[in-house]
Amino acid sequence: MTDPLQSAAGNGLLHRRHLLKMGLAGAGSLLATGVAAQDQALRLQIPEWSRRPGPGQSGYGQPSPHAERIQRLFSPAGPVYPGGGASRTPLHQLQGTITPNSLHFERHHAGVPEIDPAGHRLAIHGLVRQPLVFDYEELLRYPMVSRIQFLECSGNSGALLGSQPVDGTAGSIHGLVSCAEWTGIPLSTLLDEAGVADGAGWLLAVGADGASMGRSIPVDKALDDVLVALYQNGEPLRPEQGYPVRLFVPGWEGNVSVKWLTQLKLASGPGQFRDETSKYTDTMPDRSSRQFTFPMGVKSVITSPSGQMHLSRQGIYQVTGLAWSGGGRIRRVEVSADGGRSWAAAALEAQHGDKALTRFRIPWNWQGGEAMLLSRATDEKGQVQPSRAEVLERQGTVAFYHNNCMQSWAVAADGEVRNAFV
Amino acid sequence: MRLYKGFFLASAAALSFSVLAQSSGSGGLQSPSSGGAGLGRAVSEAALAEFDLIVGGSGENLPAGSGTAAEGQAVYEANCMVCHGPEGEGVTGATRLVGGDMQSEGPPLKTVGSYWPHAVTIFDYVRRAMPADNPKSLSDEAVYQVTAYLLHMNGIVEREDVIDADSLPEVVMPNADGFEDHSATR
Repeated sequence: MTDPLQSAAGNGLLHRRHLLKMGLAGAGSLLATGVAAQDQALRLQIPEWSRRPGPGQSGYGQPSPHAERIQRLFSPAGPVYPGGGASRTPLHQLQGTITPNSLHFERHHAGVPEIDPAGHRLAIHGLVRQPLVFDYEELLRYPMVSRIQFLECSGNSGALLGSQPVDGTAGSIHGLVSCAEWTGIPLSTLLDEAGVADGAGWLLAVGADGASMGRSIPVDKALDDVLVALYQNGEPLRPEQGYPVRLFVPGWEGNVSVKWLTQLKLASGPGQFRDETSKYTDTMPDRSSRQFTFPMGVKSVITSPSGQMHLSRQGIYQVTGLAWSGGGRIRRVEVSADGGRSWAAAALEAQHGDKALTRFRIPWNWQGGEAMLLSRATDEKGQVQPSRAEVLERQGTVAFYHNNCMQSWAVAADGEVRNAFV
Repeated sequence: MRLYKGFFLASAAALSFSVLAQSSGSGGLQSPSSGGAGLGRAVSEAALAEFDLIVGGSGENLPAGSGTAAEGQAVYEANCMVCHGPEGEGVTGATRLVGGDMQSEGPPLKTVGSYWPHAVTIFDYVRRAMPADNPKSLSDEAVYQVTAYLLHMNGIVEREDVIDADSLPEVVMPNADGFEDHSATR
């Protein structure tokens, strides 16, 4: 007979096929003599809630009051710039790949405007055949498409480029990424209606927030796969995601997916807005700065076990996490339990899509020793997620946007899990 | 799938038709021809003039008006100083506006003076987003004045230099050559 638990890499990583058997892993240890005693302890009764009807329907569903109170993670805004700030998705408390709308990460530059859609307008003008204005009701009547895709702030995971590992969770370090089904009008439909004129190289997009935040997008991308999004996971956009209408620019840094979209101006060059000059630019070691570094790199993070979790007993754990890439689909995720000396292929969920969060899983037999858990993703273009050292070599210590380095979680002999550098 | 597509095409055509019918009765709005639903209302650039705050990278949409740093000091002290400090030194690192050197030995201090590549961006950003607690409350004239003052605090223009739609795009920022366009890197 072969070993029933086939090792796939060092320090306890098991072959991914054992995921199917994980439910059985503990069963063999139960001795027949123990079953009778346990039977008494597990003697099941009809519970109280099965003896009466419950309260009935509700207009808008809420989590169970008994469920863990899962919240976005954020610090209170400072008094100097009350509208600026971010909240992060608690990735370590979620499963699957779709982020609930109430937990999608936020990034605002002048807070969340309270927009009455009846007074909201979207103008398309500049280098076009015919400038146009749309209201919300008109936009709702256009043919729409839906896509399940991630959105990530380019500042996500920037904390890992500091000199010391912060004591954080998967959510607090990497939670500026979320994934939703976005439904809206292909931007090309509206641009075609206005008629993009010769010489229009850039699309300048502006939101209706207090900062009237603007970003510039090359016209070829705008005509390719960008959406004028109206719905998020089936319901109208939440205010903090741009209600009533936002851009959704697949695979690119989140800031270009302008929320509360009100202006699209075609121009020969970029707008040189503050948020594409002073911010969201990357200063290299030679002090030159890169502008319009749009695509988000290939990336993954183990969400369980992860920072500030505790392994309470030895045995088999499911190591699971998320992978994504602005370059397309995830082709492969490898996991190491020995700090990167050996790697095993994780199982990917079956229906992972283009520029979508992808769930990976692999079984791990923890025998109570020290371990260092890492994941490394490869996308369909063959781009491989770099190490922290490789990112620092690539972009130095001044730039902090676009960090896609591997996350390493140290597991101590007492089961405590901490953010650590390899 | 074919039926579904056909439905869209048919509905789009019907919508176009209904808009045409509406338009003819509501002041001569034209319905542009396109493959979409055709619901956009034709508008003139003149009608968007007050709405369009985009100055543009070359300052092509700068408004009328002008200002000097001497005039801008009062605007700054009344609207900006509470967060950015009396000398533009800021009350937090992120609110500093003055100083810095991109070629410094240690990590460079990035400010309007040391980092921003285009002077026109100051006008564009201040007009659309500042002061943070009361954005768009400054007149174009006041924005020119405070733009001049920020440039002067950074030693880029003189106190009496007139900043307007012609002169602002000509101001060369210290880090003007410090940026590379990576938009073609996909």
